[in-house]
Amino acid sequence: MKRVQKDLLLRHLVLIVVGFILIYPVIFMFFASFKASNEIFTSNRLFPDQFLWTNYMNGWTTGATGKVNFSNFFVNTFALVIPVVLFTVASCSVVAYGFARFNFPFRKILFPIMIATMMLPNTVIIIPRFILFKNLNWLNTYLPFYMPALFACYPFFIFMIIQFMRNIPTSLDESAKLDGCTSFQTLLHIMVPLLKPAIFSAGLFQFMWNWNDFYNQLIFINTPKRFTLALGLRLSIDASTEAVRWNEVMAMSVCTIIPLFLLFFSAQKYFVEGTATSGIKG
Amino acid sequence: MAVPGKLILALVVAMLLSTKIKGIGLYRSLYYLPSILGGSVAVSVLWRVLFMRNGMINQILGTIGIPPIDWLTSPNLALGTLSLLQVWQFGSAMVIFLAALKQIPKELFEAAEVDGASKVRQFFTITIPQISSVIFFNLIMQTIQSLQNFTSAFVITNGGPMRKTYIIGMKLYDDAFKNYNVGYACAESWILFMVILILTAFVFRSSDAWVYYADEGDRK
Repeated sequence: MKRVQKDLLLRHLVLIVVGFILIYPVIFMFFASFKASNEIFTSNRLFPDQFLWTNYMNGWTTGATGKVNFSNFFVNTFALVIPVVLFTVASCSVVAYGFARFNFPFRKILFPIMIATMMLPNTVIIIPRFILFKNLNWLNTYLPFYMPALFACYPFFIFMIIQFMRNIPTSLDESAKLDGCTSFQTLLHIMVPLLKPAIFSAGLFQFMWNWNDFYNQLIFINTPKRFTLALGLRLSIDASTEAVRWNEVMAMSVCTIIPLFLLFFSAQKYFVEGTATSGIKG
Repeated sequence: MAVPGKLILALVVAMLLSTKIKGIGLYRSLYYLPSILGGSVAVSVLWRVLFMRNGMINQILGTIGIPPIDWLTSPNLALGTLSLLQVWQFGSAMVIFLAALKQIPKELFEAAEVDGASKVRQFFTITIPQISSVIFFNLIMQTIQSLQNFTSAFVITNGGPMRKTYIIGMKLYDDAFKNYNVGYACAESWILFMVILILTAFVFRSSDAWVYYADEGDRK
């Protein structure tokens, strides 16, 4: 018994040390955001000499861009991310329902094609997408983000929801049908409540990905007025290449990840479960 | 690029967490956190600050007497520094490993124990074969993801120094959206696609030889 306890203690020790090293950058970022600019690079103490709230104020308003500030970026980001999440969840559930429960012509071919598009990396399809959206005159709007979401262009989530749906007994559908539900009502009243965990995970992942996304936003959005947080943050480094005020940049970085932080800690169960199930099943 | 390091770290941590241990939920979310934040511009900025010549990493190294290292400006190290950012985000791979480890039947280990196999031997002859399909899955997913990496190279080093971090994602972006050489960029994206396709096909092919499926043909 002694040996087992020692073993366990050692494990905890290793886990704590590794965990601390992993999280340290984030802790550092938090405290650095309160430091004076030169203090970040001269003192190796974690805590700042004095907490400078002005970093946040200056970073927020000037942001090195003048006309737009981080309030705009925050509003823009929410305006982009939230509809995308809602559209994705709704459209992917419908498509998943179709593939999981109905037999229609060419289903056997269409399903693998749908899954195969998962292999298509974003980097590869970005150019045709760009040309398409340019011809539709959608650049500089958020339509290039809304539309793919509305048409369920996220095979990963479809796949994930299908996997969940397979565990729902078909007898439920049948009894709903006997009770006079149309197939759409079945989806709404029977499937959706049971699929809640899957839908929740899909929404969370979509939120996180779009919040962190930089590449697509960089390509599709050009005017600073419509910039999102990711673009705005980068703008504040770029604008003054001479002397970047890193303390203010750090402060704004902290602001941009706070929503993610909150989301993660309030819903981490879903994140972890989503990763595990979508990875394991199938 | 950073795939092996990431997978190994993920597996080791998952092994440590796999036995029943107090506070597993806490550790799990702690380790998962970098994956949530990692792709954002904010973290790329942070990385740049940490690894600057007078940044935090060098300061810490300085206190134990190691002279400052040019993490981001030395052509030999810059790519490594970026890879480190990738490795840092090992959370999702870890969670997948963790779920796989839980599914290994306990009897196998008990039998091995009776036969007198050492822990190391058990790891290589039971654990690895049992989770090989998951290792394989992680390998593909992480490789594809790494090939698409863009944000960190763009924000942290902008392709420099001496093009050592000029990865395919950046080249594509420059050609298509800076030089407006769209045809050329399309050709490049085709090549990238082919590479990913071949890579995937190769791993799939070879998987028959070394991946063990317990429920062969059960689903699909």
